[in-house]
Amino acid sequence: MANFFTENKDLVFTLEHLDLEETTRLRENNYEYAGEFDGAPRNYADAHDNYQRVLTVIGEICAENIAPRATEVDENGPHFENGVVTYYPLTVQNLKDLNDAGVSGVMLAHKYGGLNFPVSIYTMMTEMVSRADASLQNLFGLQDIAETISDFGSEEQKDYYLPRFARGEVDGAMDLTEPDSGSDLQSVRLRAWQDESGQWYLNGMKRFITNGCAAVHLVLARSEEGTVDGRGLSMFICEAGPQLVVRRIENKLGIHGVATAELQYNDVPAQLCGQRRRGLTKYVMSLMNGARVAISGQALGIAEAAFHEARKYAEERKQFKKSIDKFPPVYEMLTRMKIKILATRTLLYETTRAVDLRGVYEKLAENTENPSPEIRQQAKYWSRVAAVLTPMSKALSTEVANQVAYDAIQIHGGTGFMRDFPAERFYRDARITNIYEGTTQLQVVAAIGGVMQRHNDERIRELMKLPYEGTLERLRHKVVALYEKQLKAVEYVAERKDAEYQNLVARCLVEMETMVLVGILMLRDALKCTEREVLVERYIIDSEPQFEERYLRVLSGDLTMIDKHREIIDY
Amino acid sequence: MSYTVLVFVKQVPDTQNITGEAMKPDGTVNRAALPAIFNPEDLNALELALQLKDRFGAKVIVGTMGPPAAAEVLRASLYRGADECILLTDRAFAGADTLATSYALSCCAKKYGKFDLVLCGRQAIDGDTAQVGPQLAEKLGLPQLAYVEEVLELGGGKIRIKRTIEGGYEVLEAPLPVLMTVIEGNHPRPMNAFRIMKYKRARTKSELARDHADANYTDAEFLAEEVENLAGRNLLIHEWSAGEVNAAPDRIGLAGSPTKVKTIQSVVLTGGEAKSVEPTDAGIGGLIHELIEDHTLG
Repeated sequence: MANFFTENKDLVFTLEHLDLEETTRLRENNYEYAGEFDGAPRNYADAHDNYQRVLTVIGEICAENIAPRATEVDENGPHFENGVVTYYPLTVQNLKDLNDAGVSGVMLAHKYGGLNFPVSIYTMMTEMVSRADASLQNLFGLQDIAETISDFGSEEQKDYYLPRFARGEVDGAMDLTEPDSGSDLQSVRLRAWQDESGQWYLNGMKRFITNGCAAVHLVLARSEEGTVDGRGLSMFICEAGPQLVVRRIENKLGIHGVATAELQYNDVPAQLCGQRRRGLTKYVMSLMNGARVAISGQALGIAEAAFHEARKYAEERKQFKKSIDKFPPVYEMLTRMKIKILATRTLLYETTRAVDLRGVYEKLAENTENPSPEIRQQAKYWSRVAAVLTPMSKALSTEVANQVAYDAIQIHGGTGFMRDFPAERFYRDARITNIYEGTTQLQVVAAIGGVMQRHNDERIRELMKLPYEGTLERLRHKVVALYEKQLKAVEYVAERKDAEYQNLVARCLVEMETMVLVGILMLRDALKCTEREVLVERYIIDSEPQFEERYLRVLSGDLTMIDKHREIIDY
Repeated sequence: MSYTVLVFVKQVPDTQNITGEAMKPDGTVNRAALPAIFNPEDLNALELALQLKDRFGAKVIVGTMGPPAAAEVLRASLYRGADECILLTDRAFAGADTLATSYALSCCAKKYGKFDLVLCGRQAIDGDTAQVGPQLAEKLGLPQLAYVEEVLELGGGKIRIKRTIEGGYEVLEAPLPVLMTVIEGNHPRPMNAFRIMKYKRARTKSELARDHADANYTDAEFLAEEVENLAGRNLLIHEWSAGEVNAAPDRIGLAGSPTKVKTIQSVVLTGGEAKSVEPTDAGIGGLIHELIEDHTLG
């Protein structure tokens, strides 16, 4: 039986070496839940065994059930008639398979009927589901909505909604984007008003809403009349009903299996979720950060799928009397694709580890009376690290997915351009990943602060101190050289005190930071497994010239782009 | 009304994904070289039983005859939704042909007691005889419905099913208790994460004793206590020997198996490949797709 988990050497390696001990212990309340809930782990080894077993089941479902249905789902997609969205039957079957497997509330607490697994494990599922059918991930990934209610909702809201999510009885949507508010969510206009009894109602429009036909919606709305910025926005929960109208569904380039809807709110009854005025600044930022991790996983899954098709084709396709993977330009492409995927996975699970630790320490700080300075310090540290890694990871994964999908078609030649092979589907599906939940350009904006403030330094320095020898020690020297240049580049930009220049070179700086961090992380992995030495060697050798080019640009101090772009564009 | 459904399953070597040498020089199956899996059509039988549980209310008991390692397919049944499991294991059962196997299973069913339905997969991929189910029905004195695809109705002491026949299907009705053999076609549900986390601790008595031996415990009383404890949490897999199911020694294992393998021949088919294509748009489309993939076309 094919299996997207057990047959993926790198993913198996990642699970084996991903240190989730602290996260799991805190999530499981020092393993005290074991007495209370069937199946709650008794210790870390037990929990790790659960992760491995459940991932194996999901790996099989993805490879054996979901992937073979993906072409048909892509060709048909959901149907929209008389205001009603009907998913394609195979999409419904996919969701049923996943729900039967018990993964509708992966991260939800035991008491709500969830598995209480960390984000890291959920992300591995995300990756595999996306590899099988990227569009399905947009439905599977909506578990983040339940997670947001779990983090910020009232006890009544949690008791009411979370068990239904965990049982797979309801699905969700997060309604943020409006026709005039995309990247700039502060300008959201959908109006929330209260009647005399205090009941809230929502009125207005939302656009590009993934699974807008969902049963439960989290809605960002303007609750404070007369305000125009993010501080006038609150988050609401509402349910599908006659006042919530699906006006149309979009005809998209990719992710055909999921409905993307335009919604009209005609005074839809709603409940406030969390505190007023914190809708965007706290809750939606948290929701989007979760979603950004999920999109990173989705992009990685698509890249993995595209790579496997390309590799298979290159082995089977014969030209000039040999298979095309024997030709340097083709094996070079395949090698680069593979290295990019490994680099992406390395950064992604470094990110989820930080997100997991932030989650447990923030909860601990919140739920403990007079939390110790150590707990507060940990919460603050992991929050800062997660805040810089999440956008770095999303930028890397989604750009890599596009590059890999592009090369996968290239390897197929003319065949790849045809609908008969899935390569073109991966190319179409990948294209949205570096746009939604914040474009790559916005990920750079989100990450640059942490790069300038050096939030990754502690981790980079810790990893540089590991006992490398021989080839690995030589490679470490190379990474150290890049790191020193990165510090110099950051200092140079900081000293200029020119916001426009910083914005212009921000992407270079974020990408350079990524190369340093991934380089040292891959070195660490090679210490655990000698087979991985060639991987990190390839990564670092390929990164050096790319780093150098960006370094030169940053340190050039060249202002001609800022001064003369208008003349060029208008010529 | 809740029904009692017995499902008999088999752990088989994976003959579809052959790795290494599948046959020994003497012509018998080299089980050590092949991964052990849940016989595919037995999964369909289990799925049908679980659907009866969902639709009409039923207790699903899964039994298998095999070596101690066969407990793995029983745990896999628990992960999918089975309520209780029985491992029929004894050196005396070894070497059984279909006659001795169906006799042993009939003893197991009788020992279990009252039941409404017995389900088996149509056939196992290692022997492909499709005899055990029908023989078991005879030995239990039950009516049998073979090649069942779907249960249409269950109630009033009767069952109505749809079964596949050449060129179509047939709807049959039978009184309970009844034995059915099930063919592939239903979609076996996946293993469930919550059930895995709970039932991965399910053990037979011998497995528990082995765990204890590994940990250097030899206290019989402690073992008995643990067995009780597992049973109390519904985590004990029943383990029955030939004696415990009152099986006659001369009717089980090699002694009870009249089948003698004379020779085994490895037949290599020669000649051109033949392929039939359905005269439908989908059939033709599939053919065109294959030809493009081969680069015969395009």
